[in-house]
Order: sequence, then C-alpha cells, then structure tokens
Amino acid sequence: MGLFILRRTGVMIVTALCLTFIVFFLTNLYPNLEKLAKTQGNFRMSDEAVESWLDSQGYMQPTIVKYGQWLGVAPGWTRENEDGITGRCITGQVSAEAAAQAPTFCGILQGDWGYSTVFKDQVSTIVSKRLGATGFLMLCVLVLMVPTALAIGVLAGMREGSMTDRSLSTVSIMSTATPEYVSGVIFIAVFTSSTVGLKWFKGTATSAMDNPTFENFFLPVLTIALYGVGYIARMTRASMTEVMTAQYIRTARLKGVSFRNIVVKHALRNALIAPFTVIMLQFPWLLNGVVIVETLFNYKGFGWALVQAAGNNDIELLLAISVVSVIVVLVTQLISDIGYVFLNPRIRIS
Amino acid sequence: MNKLADYDGPILEIDKLSISFFTRLREIPAVMDFSVAVQPGEAVGLVGESGCGKSTVALGVMQDLGKNGRIVGGTIKFKGRDLAEISADELRDIRGNEIAMIYQEPMASLNPAMKIGKQLMEVPMIHEGIGEKEAYQRALEVVTDVRLPDPERMLNSYPHQLSGGQQQRIVIAMALMSKPSLLILDEPTTALDVTVEAAVVELVKDLGKKYGTSMLFISHNLGLVLETCDRVCVMYSGEAVERGSIADVFDDMQHPYTQALFRSIPLPSADKNAHPLVAIPGNFPLPHERPPGCNFGPRCDYFEAGRCDAGDILMENVPGNDRHATRCVKFKEIDWNAPVEVGEEKEKTKPGKVVLKMDNLKKYYEVAANALFGGGETKVVKANETLSFEARESETLAIVGESGCGKSTFAKVLMGLETATEGQILLDGSNIEQTPIEARDTTTVSDVQMVFQNPFDTLNPSMTVGRQIIRALEVFDIGENDRDRKQRMLELLDLVKLPRAFADRMPRQLSGGQKQRVGIARAFSGGARIVVADEPVSALDVSVQAAVTDLLMEIQRNEKTTLLFISHDLSIVRYLSDRVMVMYLGHVVELGDTDQVFSPPYHPYTEALLSAVPIADTSIQKEHIVLEGDIPSAMNPPSGCPFQTRCRWKSEVPGGLCDIEVPPVRTLQDGHQIKCHLSDAVLEQMTPVIKTAAE
Amino acid sequence: MDPLSWTGQIAFLNPLMMLTLAALGLSILAWMVLSAVLPENRAINSGAAEMMASGPRDWVASAVRYAFLAVIGVVLAYLILGLILDTKAGIIGALARQFLPVWIALVLLFAISINLKRKLGLYGKLFDSPIGMIGFALVMFWVFTGFFGAFDMIITHDPLSQLSGLKNKVPGTPLPNPEEGQFAWYLLGGDNLARDVFSRMVKGSWEVVKIAPLATIFAFMVGITLGLPAGYFGGRLDTFLSFLANLILAFPVILLFYLLVTPEIVATGLPQYMAAILFAFPLIFFGVLINSRFHTQPQKNYLWLAVVLIPLAMLYLSLINEKGSVLDIAPRALDFFDIPGGILVVFVSVVFVNSPTVFRIVRGLTLDIKTRDYVAAAQTRGERPWYIMLWEVLPNARGPLIVDFCLRIGYTTILLGTLGFFGLGLPPESPDWGSTINEGRKLLSIYLHPAIPPAMALLSLVLGLNLLADGLREESLKD
Repeated sequence: MGLFILRRTGVMIVTALCLTFIVFFLTNLYPNLEKLAKTQGNFRMSDEAVESWLDSQGYMQPTIVKYGQWLGVAPGWTRENEDGITGRCITGQVSAEAAAQAPTFCGILQGDWGYSTVFKDQVSTIVSKRLGATGFLMLCVLVLMVPTALAIGVLAGMREGSMTDRSLSTVSIMSTATPEYVSGVIFIAVFTSSTVGLKWFKGTATSAMDNPTFENFFLPVLTIALYGVGYIARMTRASMTEVMTAQYIRTARLKGVSFRNIVVKHALRNALIAPFTVIMLQFPWLLNGVVIVETLFNYKGFGWALVQAAGNNDIELLLAISVVSVIVVLVTQLISDIGYVFLNPRIRIS
Repeated sequence: MNKLADYDGPILEIDKLSISFFTRLREIPAVMDFSVAVQPGEAVGLVGESGCGKSTVALGVMQDLGKNGRIVGGTIKFKGRDLAEISADELRDIRGNEIAMIYQEPMASLNPAMKIGKQLMEVPMIHEGIGEKEAYQRALEVVTDVRLPDPERMLNSYPHQLSGGQQQRIVIAMALMSKPSLLILDEPTTALDVTVEAAVVELVKDLGKKYGTSMLFISHNLGLVLETCDRVCVMYSGEAVERGSIADVFDDMQHPYTQALFRSIPLPSADKNAHPLVAIPGNFPLPHERPPGCNFGPRCDYFEAGRCDAGDILMENVPGNDRHATRCVKFKEIDWNAPVEVGEEKEKTKPGKVVLKMDNLKKYYEVAANALFGGGETKVVKANETLSFEARESETLAIVGESGCGKSTFAKVLMGLETATEGQILLDGSNIEQTPIEARDTTTVSDVQMVFQNPFDTLNPSMTVGRQIIRALEVFDIGENDRDRKQRMLELLDLVKLPRAFADRMPRQLSGGQKQRVGIARAFSGGARIVVADEPVSALDVSVQAAVTDLLMEIQRNEKTTLLFISHDLSIVRYLSDRVMVMYLGHVVELGDTDQVFSPPYHPYTEALLSAVPIADTSIQKEHIVLEGDIPSAMNPPSGCPFQTRCRWKSEVPGGLCDIEVPPVRTLQDGHQIKCHLSDAVLEQMTPVIKTAAE
Repeated sequence: MDPLSWTGQIAFLNPLMMLTLAALGLSILAWMVLSAVLPENRAINSGAAEMMASGPRDWVASAVRYAFLAVIGVVLAYLILGLILDTKAGIIGALARQFLPVWIALVLLFAISINLKRKLGLYGKLFDSPIGMIGFALVMFWVFTGFFGAFDMIITHDPLSQLSGLKNKVPGTPLPNPEEGQFAWYLLGGDNLARDVFSRMVKGSWEVVKIAPLATIFAFMVGITLGLPAGYFGGRLDTFLSFLANLILAFPVILLFYLLVTPEIVATGLPQYMAAILFAFPLIFFGVLINSRFHTQPQKNYLWLAVVLIPLAMLYLSLINEKGSVLDIAPRALDFFDIPGGILVVFVSVVFVNSPTVFRIVRGLTLDIKTRDYVAAAQTRGERPWYIMLWEVLPNARGPLIVDFCLRIGYTTILLGTLGFFGLGLPPESPDWGSTINEGRKLLSIYLHPAIPPAMALLSLVLGLNLLADGLREESLKD
C-alpha cells in the first residue's frame, strides 16, 4: 500500500511538472510577452523597444531556463549595468553588495510566486485570498451536491423501472443537460429579477465574500451543484441497478434479509465504489463551474481571478492559478485512487 | 429446534405448476404442468438441458421470479402450506430458515465487500434472533462441518481470498446455518473442477444425511444425479417428461427423450467405431415455438402424427413401478429394450506418419508478484514443464487436465501466439517453437488451426457467418477471386452440415451447436492438418454434444487430420481419443494409449480423476477417491512432485522423495509413460477404479 | 400594429394547460407516494394477478398515462391552432407558423422511419422507445431549425441588423415603422443592441449544428485511432498514451480554452499546428481501415485507398492551409476554401478536449473485447493487429460508442456555449447561444427575454441528446 501511494505520488509530480511546463510555455510565447511589454511600458513601443524591455526583464532567456528559475531550481537571473544590479530575486535596482545578499533561487518552491500586474499585489496573497473564498464555495457545493446525488441515485437504482426511478432519472437527466450558465441565467431570471417578481435571492454574490448568507450565497452554490448532481446521480443509479441484480443480492434476499437491510447492508457499499471515483474526477468540472458561476454572480474568488488574469495577460498570476488548479485536480485524483483501493476489499487485500 | 417435528408428509409438493415470463410482446411459458414431491430426507434430482425450465422451478419455489415472472397456475406447498397464500413476512421467515438455496457461481453469490463471518452469522441472527456471539459460535461449527481448514481465519476473510472450492463450501455452510428442512441446489458444482466437484458432492451428501435435510438437486449431468439423488425428474422444454426413482428412470426408462439422452452421452460402453453415440436430431424448441402436443415430438423416433401432436399430453403412471410416471402416449407400445440401430460400423483409422513432435517444451512466464501495486519483484510461472510427445496423422490425442494445468498455454505456444522458453516443436520436421504467428508462412498457419470452447464467443457477433469464413479463406490465400471463395465457403457449410442459407445469417441467429459448427468450418477452411480443439463441446448441451463430436470425428476421418482434443471430461476422452496425455500443474503426469491410461497401473492423479468423473450408469461401480484440498496455484507450486499435496499414495514412497524431487518420466510397457516415484510393485497392486458390476 | 400577446385568440387553452399540468404533477406525486407505501408487487398466481390489476397502483398508473397524454394533446392543440391562426394566435401562433418547414420535415422523417423501423437496425429500434423518440424529436427539431435557418427560412429578421427603437423591447413588440414585406413584430423581443432575439436564436442553432457533430466525429477518430492500439498492445505504448490523456484530462477545461483561444496564441499559429495533427487522424484511420481489410487483395486495396484517401487528403489540405498564416504549404489550386480563423480554433480546442475521454472509453472496451475467442481466432489465422483492432474489435464496441457519441455531442454543445459565454474564439457579433446568453445576462435582472430563449434552446438540445443516448442504450441492451 505504501509503495502504491509512493508510486502514484511520483506519477502525480511528473504530471504536475509536465502540465506546469505546458502552461509556462503557452503563457510565455512571444506574442504574450509582447503584449505584456506594451501594457507595462507603453502601447506605442517599437519592436526593438519591446525586445530590449523584455531582455532587461529576463524574458528573452530560453524557455526551459526561465521555467527552472520560475520553479526555483535554477538560479535567478541577474544583470549588471552602470547603475547597479537588477535580477529576478532583487527588487528594483540595487548595489552589488545588496545584490549579494539577495537569495540565489527565488521560484515557487521558495514561495516566491511573482507579482500580479492586474491587482498590483503579490501573487501569493491574491491566490491565497481568492482560494479561501472559492474553497468555501466548493465546500458548500460538495455538501449540497454529494448527499443529494447519492440519495437520488440510490433511491432510483433501488427499484429499477419503478415510478420513483423514472421520476428521479428524469430529474437527473434534466440536470445534466443544464450547464451552469443556463441554469444560472434561469435562476437569476426567476428568483431575483424584478420583472417576474420572485425576489427570493440576490442576483450577485459579491457581498457573500465577506458575509455569506442564504440569500446571497444559495443560488451560486445551487447552480454549480445542480450540474454535478445529475451526473453523479446517474452513475450511482447505474451502479446501484447493477448491484441490485447481482447474484449475491439474490442470495441475501433468499436468506430472508428484509429489503431495507439488503439495500443498506449488502448493496450500498458495493454500489458506492464506482460513484466515489466519479465524484473525485468531477473536480476539473467543478473548477469549470466555479469559473462560470463566479463570473455570473460576480463572486470574486479563484475563478474570477482566473478570468481577470487571462483576460488581462497577467502572466505570473495566470501561472500561479494554473499550478494551483492542476495540483488540486491531481491531489483529488490521488485521493480517488487511494479511496478506491480502500473501499474495494477485492483490491486492498491480495 | 426441530422443524420437522410438527409436520408429517411431503416437505415440498409442487402440483401442476405453470410459470410464465411476460415480455412486452408476449407471454413466454417457462414451466408447464409441473408436479413433483419431495419427501422428508429425500433427495430429488431435476435433470434437463439448458432452457428446459429447471432453474425456474427452483425460483418458483423460492417465490423469487423477478418482475416479469409469474406463476400462472398450480400450487407449491411447503410442509402443507400454499406458498402463494402466505404473507411477505412469513415468506421472508421461510427463506433461508426453512428453504435454503445454493447456486452455480459461488463467487457471484457471496457479497464481495462483506466478510464471510458476517454473511454467515446474518442468517441465524435474522431468523432465530440470537446474539452475535452465539451466531459466531454457530458459524464456526458449520464451517468446521463443511471441512474447511482454519475456520476462524475463514470467517475473517473476504470471499475473493478463497479458492472456488472453498467459496462453494462457504455457500453450503451459509445454506445450512439455520438447519433448513429443504435445500435447493442449482448446478452447485458446474463452475468447479472435476476433482473439487467430487469432494463437494460428497460433502453435500454427507451433510444432507447428518442434518436430515431434503434436497432438490438441479443439474444437467445425469451422472451427478445418480450419485446424489434418490429420485429423479427429467425435464424437457418446460415440462417434466419422466419422474421416478433413480433405478426406474435409469434402467427402465419410459420416455423417448430420456432414452435419447442416455444414448447421446458417452458412457464407458460407448466406442466411436463400434458403438457410436446417437445424437438427438434437430434443435431444442424455443419457448414460443413449441410444437402442439408432445414437445419432443419433432425430434422423436417414435413420433406418430395425429396422436403425438393431437393435444396436451398428461403424465401417466407406469404400472408396476413405484411413483414412476411418464409423459408419453405411446410408452406402453414402445419396446424399450430393443437394441440401438447401429449404422455401419466404421473402421478404425490407422495413424500415419508423425506430423507434430514436441520435445522438452517449456514455457515460463514472468509476472509481477503483485499486479496492482507493482514493484520490482517478478515471479516465474512455469506454465509448461518439459512437454514431450508425438502426434501422428489421423490420430486423436486427448490432453486432459483441470484448470491451471497448462493445456491452454500449450495451445498458445503451438499456435504461435506465444513463443517457447525452451525445447522444440517440430512440424513436419521443421522447428516452429520460436516463430511467432506473424512470422509464420500462410501454409504453416493454415495447417495448424484451432476450435474454441465457448460457442457464444467464437464468432464475431457483427459479421455474417459467410463473411467470417470467406475472410479466413482470403487470409489463407485460397481461391482465385471472390466467386471462388464464395463457392468454397458454401462447400464448407455443407461439410459441417449447415444449410447454405446460413451464410447470410448473423451469429446471434444461430444456436450454440450451430455456432460451434461454423467454428469448425472456419478451422478447416485452409485444409488444416492439425486441429487443436479446446473443450469444443463442454459448453454445449448433452444432446448437441454428441452431434458436434460426431461431426468432428467424421471430418477428421475424411481429412486425415491430427486432432489435439483438450478436455477435462474423461468420459468423452475415453470415447473418442486414440491416445491420452494427462497434465497437472504444467507437467505431463501420464501419457499412453487410451486403454493404457484408463486401466491400471495409473498415475495417482489419473486414478483420482477417473474416480471423480460422474458416470450415468447404474451398473458401474466406482472406487471412491476424494482428493483433499484444491489445485495449488501455478504461481506457487509445491516443491518436488506437483501432485504430492493431494496424493493418497504418497506414503508408499520411501524417504519423502515426493517432497524433494520431481519424479522422472518412466516408461512402462508399450510406451506408456508415467511421472511418478511409486515403485513398480506398488503400481502393480492398483486395481481398476471403474468396474462394471457383475450382471 | 398592436403588440402581440403570448396566446392571442387561443388564450382559452391556457386554463386547460394549467389543469392538465396540475393533473400530471399530482398523479406522478401520488404514484411515488403509493409506491413507497404499498408493498412490492409479488405476482403469485393468475387469480392474485388479476386482483392486483385493478388495485390502486394501476389506477394511479393509468392516471399518469392519461394526464401525460392530455398534456401532449393540449400542446399539440396550441401548435396546430397556432399554425392555422398565425399571428392571431399571438406569439405562440406566429412561432408555430415560422417553424412550419421544421414541422413538415419532422413529420416526414418520423412517418418514414416508423414505417421502415424493422429494416433500419438500431436506428429503427429507437422508435420502440418513447424516451428515445422524444430525444430524437428534440434533436432533429434543432437540426432542421439550424439547417433551414442557414437558408434564411425561419428567421424573421436579419440577426445582425439593428432596428432603432426596439432596444430591449419585450416579446411581441411591433416594429415602429415596418417596411413592405418586413415581418412586423420582434417575436421574442429585441436585445440590448435592438436585434431580433428570435432570429438570433434560430441562427445560433446553425452554429451548433455545424460545429458540434463534426468536432465530435474528429474527437472520435483521434480517440479510436489511439485507444485501439493502447488497449490492444498494452505495455509501454499504453502507459505513454494513457499518461498523455490523463495530462489533458487534469487540465481544467476553461484554463485550457483561455490558454489556447486567446488572439496572442492564435497569432503564433499553435492552433493551426494542432489542427494539422488532429485532422490527420481521419486520414490515418481510413487508410489503415482499408489497408488492413484488403491487403490480401492488392488491386482492390489500391482502388479503395485511392477512392477514399484522395478526396480526404484534398479536404485535409484545404482545412489546415490558410493563406498568409504559418501553414501555407499547399499550392493555391489545392486550397479550395478557408475556414474563418475563429471557428478553426474553436473546433481544434473542442476536439482536443474531447479526444482523451474517447480514448479512455475505446481503450477500456478494447481491453475487454480482446480477450474474446473470436479475437484469438483471428490471431490464430495470422491476421495483422490492425485488422483485428479495426474489424474484429471496433465493430463490437459500437454500441457503447454510439451512445457515448450522442452524449458527447451534447457535451460539445455545452463546451461551445462555454466558449461563447466567455467570449472566446467566435466573433463578438456571432449569434451563437453562448455569446447571446453572455450578452443577455448583463441586464438580466431588468430584461429577461434576451437571455432566456438561447438558454432554453441549448437546454432542450442537450436534453434531447441525453434522452436519445438513453433510448439507444436501452434498446441496444435488449438484444
């Protein structure tokens, strides 16, 4: 088991490195840098001016070197000119003595995530703040989504073909067919708009950043959860119906076990093995939903920051956001693998 | 608690039971007018081919027919109470407590995510309301009763940690936890190996006696029923056709189907040249295509139009016999003792020159010690160990062994799907053991072909039958153009006695036997000279088995093919093979002519195997040899002789040689080879396992 | 001109509609309650079964059925009366009349299909399943709408032209000064640029219909061509390809879109290189497919290869080649058409996101099917691996793949909407549903009507695809 976790972690780190490199490469393509130079310097820069500005900022080094510096495994660049020394790890322009004091490595491994050009702040502070806000949102979504979805799936799959099954299956199909931007729009229209008149909730969740209440926070949570509910519920239902027709359920029935106990004691654990992995693999999708919903409800979280960073060519922030989201996804995948092994005695003990 | 105390009479009484399944289109009758009674302490066998409704009867008794099934007529009385009239709660109280059921697939009937102890303890806890401790004690007791080693460890493990035989014992234990008065066994040993099956059957018999349980034993195997039951009921296409005591039905049968069934199974008296099997003509009718009158009519030798198809035929008692009934209007007129009409007696074919020679063939696999968690360690699995034999033209060489004996690996190496680790395979004198199939030339490939075991898997479901045969012809470079090949394909269909119209059918429109025939046609499409038949008939019903076997023999006779017949069924091997090779855990333990292998001296494993195979003949007396334990895993073979863990002759070998050394191959008279440490003197003492009782 | 009300002269149907809907809801509720209260139906024998047939369970069951039929009936009444009365029946009537070509096409399609359903294989069986039929009807409704819309048949106004005075006007608003021959109302109102919402919705369906199925086909080609060998050969190839697939799957889709679809990245030509790789897969697929089948008969082989591959190759060159961009390799004569840059990028990124999932499905199916005896039979007669993969394995994996195909078109539609929602790739004035929703949402709390129609359209199309997939799955399992 220990070896298994170790190997999976190894694969995860390799994956994370590959993915961050891809993001790094894409964000550091020349047109992006050119745009960066123009927004930071001025918009009428000549091509030469752009190049020299980029050169002075260390952007003209080979991508792999830059990647190493950003990661913190290669020494940060320094450059001497007549006025002093500038460098990746040096703020501003300092004298040679001060430069010697500065650390050699400054990448994300050292906790130096860079500076956001949009928010004019350290990337690490922005990311931690936004992540906190989104983390709360995600938690609420999971709390709402997972139990609902599992309950719907189990109830529907318990008696295949019954009316309960058919009604609940229709509900779950409907919800998988409704992406967040559709359900969000409909919810806002129905529950918040002045024209329909049902002013039950608030159309924006900006205030929920500081003071989440049911009124301003429920709609965003519901919108994200709804899309996932259908998918997980359908998986659970499929897995449940399969288990309910298994021979060992018949064995239990013919042992005289009551229907309730068959479901609770015999079927449930076996039926939840498959959906468990599905829930964990939902995370890339949840992130997606988060971005849409945060944009839609103007909730200034992680997803909103992503849109801002990407829309404004804020390279360092975008990189940081990518790294964090990739790591979140990979960690959940790792948990799902381990959990699967744990839930399934057939694999655990062999 | 004796559940029999307050009731005197038949435990189970089924009277004129009819069960139907309802689909959107129509009602499909599965069981019609079925009656049987089980007396206390009696074991009743229910025999029939697949689809005859025998399992439906069992589920009907359990009142568990699913959403579509419905009892449309008749009654089922358990201890005098009509099961249809009791409430759901009472029914739940009977299930597991008074009637218990054992199924075919032990692995599937145990909950994979629940410890065995819990699954066992559940039964008395529900029905008798006893505490956990007491239930645990009971579970321990019963697990000891089913002769499982180390009961406490067993109770604490998950189903997948046990072998198939152990799992089936657990299922039996579970059924006996509440000491039921009726035990229903639905093909309880079909998924098990023959030697394991023998042990389980013996266990069931003993426990039935010990607990005084009545049994309803469902099986397709007449031999097994003979060994376990007191009475038997033969079913055909949803109806009981004959019912009576074992002796009456086996020796004084009064229904044409029963007779045909006995003539189509390879009993020791059958012989492929002198007394060939008689296949039942035609096919099993589909439930909605049953003929009027007698269901067996269209396939019956005694059919008389106007009488047999006139109307419903009822069960009639056979005068003189005890509770012996048959569903045949003509049973009093038929001369049941008339000898079988034997067609022309075929001449025994003479084996020709050596076509295939194996010399010290070895095949080892390296596998990761732990598939999921990986890791550097690898284990060597010795799938084939020093295989040497010769096969001649028009000879049938049977390869016998249970699961894990290496027969499939051997086939793969011969076909070129794997390459050998060591040794050589000579085809017409040239080596092919290191040539994978991609590197073989077309002639070599078409010369060595294979017939597969599972008829439902052997044909590509999305291609027409004709197309699949034509494709084989294309690959083997046969025929100038498409028209040629089409012609040749139709001839091949003729060869396997299928109508030419089948060329345009999809495989799903064919029955199992017909699919197997297409498989044979495909194998012979390139004029194969060596055909490996991997259990070609074991998945087919008995009545179809005979026909397919016959076909295979006939083609072999005409084409002078060398047939390598892989099987675990010694009856059929004895019937059709010229020479036999017995394998155990990758080793050839015995090799010789059919007569040599089937008569003493035996290898101890062959002896046990012979004793384990159930034979449906009351005049046969078998010596009872039950092997302990299961077949060891090929990943983890025992030291020394592979069979030493289960051998009953081990004590006859001095110095514990069996534990230390793999025995050498010894040649007895006339090329009969045995891999055993036993001295000649001990081998001399062996007596035949199967004896025909003195008339 | 007067503004149109929703139902006009057929307003008398409204209470009926309410009534039937309420009946349906109540009966479904009653059924669910009953099935929870009553014990499981245990069919014992004929007598008891007949008794059960008149029990409360069946009462409710038939109530649900009749209520459902009543709802359908009223909906049909709306449509038919609307068709006859046109604008006199209000907005609904006008809409029903505008969609006339679609109704005709749908009725024809269903009539022909139901008549021939026994001869049409799996497609025909679809008409045995009510769920599948509803799904298919929804899907075909939008397909026909998109198709006719592309020929300017259903729309009432030009989706791009702005009419003064109609900014954010409610549904049914008449044009202030209609010209001769011009449709006199904005049926579903005007958006914030005073464009006709209805026409934009109809045009938007064409955007989906032309991109989503094609992109899904490409994703399947890529997934199949890579998934088959990964599953069949296993080993290092499998490890490598699975790693790549997991790599893409671990990316949050939006991030990927933001990285791929920005103008800066497009300027580097990266999407075009990706297109060059992804679009090559159909060529490889069909080449291998034909070659493996006919390699025993060289003449037939060359003929078929030429017939299939030459047009494909020309298409391929035209697709990836674009004047003045990084990929300008083909001679002018071979570059028949250019696709607008935005669409190519959207297309590429959608294919890229979808193919790893298809890869995983195909790989899993292959792993399962390759253990079958007919695969072993093909091996023992010396078939080449690609023949086995494409002709023995793939056809037998078709059931789950067709089902997934339908689901995946729906998923692609959602992705396209997401792209539009974030204003990525497609031009800003594009009428596609995602962009329209995005524009409409800004004033959502005051004006509902611009955002709701495209949202409902997208919902119903994806729902139709899901129902269709469910119906197909059910029917294909019945064999």
